[in-house]
Amino acid sequence: MTQNEQGLQGPPPEERPHPDGRRNSQGIRIDPAVEAEPRTRTALVSALVEHEPGVLARVSGLFSRRQFNIESLTVGPTTVEGNARITLVVEETEPGIDQVKKQLGKLKPVLSVGELGDRAIRSELVLLKVNGDEPDKVHAVTQMYDGETLDAGPRTITVQLTGTHDSIEDAIDAFRQFGIIEIARTGPTALARGDTPTTPGEKPAAEATLGVPATDGGDTAESTVADETQAETTN
Amino acid sequence: MKESASQTTADHSHDEPSAADPAETTPEADEERTKPAGPTPVTDGSTSVVRALENAGVQHAFGVQGGAIMPIYDALWDSDIEHITMAHEQGASHAADAYGVVAGTPGVALATSGPGATNLVTGIADANMDSDALLSLTGQVPSHMVGSDAFQETDTTGVTMPITKHNYFANSADTIGDTVGEAFALAESGRPGPTLVDLPKDVSFEETDVEPGEPTVPQNAEPPTTADAASIMAAARAIERAEKPLLLFGGGVIKANACETARAFARDLEIPVVTTMPGIGSFPEDDELCLSWAGMHGTGYANMAITHTDCLIGVGTRFDDRLTGGIDTFAPEAEVVHIDIDPAEISKNIHADYPCIGDAELVLNQLTAEIDHAPDAREWREQCQTWKTEYPMDYPVDEDAPLRPEFIVEAFDEATDDNTIVTTGVGQHQMWAAQYWTYTEPRTWVSSHGLGTMGYGLPAAIGARFAADDDQDVVCFDGDGSFLMTLQELSVAVREDLDITVAILNNEYVGMVRQWQDAFFDGRHMASEYNWMPEFDKMAQAFGAQGWRVDNYDEVAPAVEEALAYDGPSVIDFHIDPEANVYPMVASGAPNGQFALSEEQL
Ligand SMILES: Cc1ncc(C[n+]2csc(CCOP(=O)(O)OP(=O)(O)O)c2C)c(N)n1
Ligand SMILES: [Mg+2]
Repeated sequence: MTQNEQGLQGPPPEERPHPDGRRNSQGIRIDPAVEAEPRTRTALVSALVEHEPGVLARVSGLFSRRQFNIESLTVGPTTVEGNARITLVVEETEPGIDQVKKQLGKLKPVLSVGELGDRAIRSELVLLKVNGDEPDKVHAVTQMYDGETLDAGPRTITVQLTGTHDSIEDAIDAFRQFGIIEIARTGPTALARGDTPTTPGEKPAAEATLGVPATDGGDTAESTVADETQAETTN
Repeated sequence: MKESASQTTADHSHDEPSAADPAETTPEADEERTKPAGPTPVTDGSTSVVRALENAGVQHAFGVQGGAIMPIYDALWDSDIEHITMAHEQGASHAADAYGVVAGTPGVALATSGPGATNLVTGIADANMDSDALLSLTGQVPSHMVGSDAFQETDTTGVTMPITKHNYFANSADTIGDTVGEAFALAESGRPGPTLVDLPKDVSFEETDVEPGEPTVPQNAEPPTTADAASIMAAARAIERAEKPLLLFGGGVIKANACETARAFARDLEIPVVTTMPGIGSFPEDDELCLSWAGMHGTGYANMAITHTDCLIGVGTRFDDRLTGGIDTFAPEAEVVHIDIDPAEISKNIHADYPCIGDAELVLNQLTAEIDHAPDAREWREQCQTWKTEYPMDYPVDEDAPLRPEFIVEAFDEATDDNTIVTTGVGQHQMWAAQYWTYTEPRTWVSSHGLGTMGYGLPAAIGARFAADDDQDVVCFDGDGSFLMTLQELSVAVREDLDITVAILNNEYVGMVRQWQDAFFDGRHMASEYNWMPEFDKMAQAFGAQGWRVDNYDEVAPAVEEALAYDGPSVIDFHIDPEANVYPMVASGAPNGQFALSEEQL
C-alpha cells in the first residue's frame, strides 16, 4: 500500500453517487413512496418433536431469545411412541413466520414443522368457574354452547367448553353475566384436514398404518417459496 | 506423563478398520464389537468417551482439570490424544475454536463442572456466532445430586442451550460414547457450530464394555447438499443478465472448503469479489477482481461496489449488521442471490430474491453448469478498478511521530510467507490486521467476528499453532487491553515451546472505545485510558518467553525479524500512536456507500 502525509484519500460522502433504492426493515426492496408498516398475521404452526427432556425449554428459549411473538403453545403425545406434537400460535410478519418455522426446524429434537392453513381442524378448551347463584341459567348457557358441567357446588359451577377461538370467546362473553371467578384455558391444538399429514412427511405409528395407504405432501407446510421444502433440517 | 502413555499406544491407528467400525458391525459381529479396538479396552463411561474421540480422529484437546471431569482425564492418560492444559478454560475454548478453524475439524475443549463450565461459555458463544465447529466436554456432579445445588453444580446444558447448536446430558455409560460421537459429528455437519456434552461423574465411572461407533450425524439433521433445479435456473438467469454483478464470499465458503470452486467461479465469469470479515482468505486479496472486505471498517471500494451492484451473489454469509450497515440502504439496487446451507439464513436479514440452499461448493458447481454465458460487466469491472484507485488504503508516515500500527502490520506481512496464520484480539488492532495484511489463503485469518471477544488472540494463536503445519508462522496481533484479558496463556506457550509471535499494538487505550468516545461522546475518555499496563516485554520474559519493546520506526524491522526467527513464544510490545484511528468507517446503521474517511466525515 502507498503511504502519504494526509491519511485516507477520496471523494467525501456527500460527493459520492448513491442509488435511490430502499429496503424495508425486513430487507425487502420497496418503493420508498409507498412504504407501509409490515403487517402481521396469526399463524398456526405444528411441530413434531422427539419427546426428550428439555425439548420445551429449547422451543420456548428459541422464541424468547429471537423475540418471536407467541400467543399459545400446547404439547402432547402423538401416535408414535417417543414423539410429541407442539402446536403454536404466533403473531408475526410474513418473514417472521418464515423465521419461526425455519428456526424451529433447526432444533435437533424437532423432526418436522408445518404451518396449518384455514382448512385445518383446530380446537381449544376452557374451564370456567362461575358464581353458582343461578344454576338453571348457567346450565342453559352451557347447553347453548355445547359445554359440559364438570362441577356444581353450592357457591360455584365449573363448566368446560371446547371449540374454536371465536366460539369460546363468545361463550365467555355469555357467561360474564354470572360473574366469572376463574378461567383456565389452553391454546388451540390442531390437525390438518383429511389425508394430509399435519407436519410434512409425518407418519402414524407402525400399528396405525396397517391397511392405511401412506400419505405424503398435501396442503400443509408445502410452501409457496421454493426454499421451504428444504427447510426442515438442522444445520 | 505422555511419554509412557504414547509408548503403549503408539501403534493404534485411527484409520485402520477395526472391529469397532460400525459400518462393519453386523449382529453376528456383536461379540467382536465389545472387544477393545485400541490399546485399552472400554471399561466404563470415561474410557468410552475417550474411545469416541479417538474414533473421531481427535488428536488434540484443550482443557483444565477438575473434580467432576477427573475420570475423563484419567482415561486420557492411556490415549494418544494430546491434551494441552490451558491456564483458564476460556483459553481452552478459544484455543479449541481456533484449532478447528485452522484444521478444518472440530476442536475439543474440556472443563470440569460449575466454574470450569462457565469459564468455557465465552468461547462457546464465540464459536456459535462464527459457526465454528467446537466440541465441549464438561464434567457434572453425579446424577443423583443434579438439581440439589451440589458443590460446583451449574446447569451447564441450561446455560449453554442458547449458544450451542445442540447440547447433551449423558445419562448412561452404554450410550455416552455414541453421544460424544454424535456431538462431534453434529458440530461439523451442515452449518458448523458448537456442541457440548455434559458428563455426570457417576456416568463416567459407570461400568460398560460397549464400544462406541464412528461419529454419526443424528438422523434428521442431515443438511441439504444441492439446491433444487428451479432455484438454480432462476439464479443463473439473474446472474447472466446482471450488468453490475458482485460476489460476496462469507466464512461459509471457507468452512465448506469451497474456495477453489468459488475462485474459479469468479474468474470464469469475471465477477468482482467482495468478502465479509470471516470470508477473508476465501479469495486472494492481491487478485485484480478482489475488492477486499466490505462493512463497517471495510475498504471504500468494497463498500462502493456493494452499494451499487445490481446483482449481489452472497455465498455462505449471514448478512450481519456490521456488514450491511443500515438495512434500508444495503445494496438497494441489487437482486440478491443467496447461497447458504442454513435455510434459516435465507431472507433473515436481507431478502433473497434467488435463494439457493445447499453446500457452497455443490451449489456453485450447479450454477456453473446452468449458466450459459458470463454477464456483460466490462464497464462495471472498470468502475470497480476506478474505486480502487479513488479510495486507496493508506496512512501517513512521519519518521519522527509515533509509530503507525498499519506500518507494523505491513512489516510482518512482508517478513512472512503467504501461508502465515494471523490471529487477533478485538478492537482497532484487529481492524488494522484485517485491512493492511494481504490475505491470499483460507484459514489464515483467525479472529473473533460475531461475538467480538477481547482476549481471543493469544489462546487462538496457541490453538492455531497445534493445527498449523510446521512451516507456517503464527502471528497474533493483539491490543493492550485484549492481551491483558488472557495473557496467562503465555505460560502454556512457554511450557509447550510454541513458535508463536505476539505483536501488541499498544496504544495505552482500549482504542476502539477511545475512538468512539472521540467521535460520539465528546472525547470523554471514561474508563478507556490504559496507561496502567505492565511492561509487556519484561512480563513476557518473566513468563519465559522472549520480549521486545519497540517505540521507533527503525526498530521495527529488526524486532520483527528477531521475533520471527526466535524458536519459541515471543512478544513485541509496539508502542504506537495512541491517536491512531481506524478508517474507513461506516457508522452503525449508516449506508455503506457513505463511509467516512476521517472523523470529520462521520
Ligand atoms: C470481552 C470484551 N469486553 C469488552 C469489549 C468492548 N470492546 C470492544 S473493542 C474494545 C477495545 C479493545 O482494546 P484493545 O484490546 O487495547 O484494542 P485497541 O482497540 O486499542 O486496538 C473494547 C473494550 C469487547 N469487545 N470484548
Ligand atoms: Mg489498545
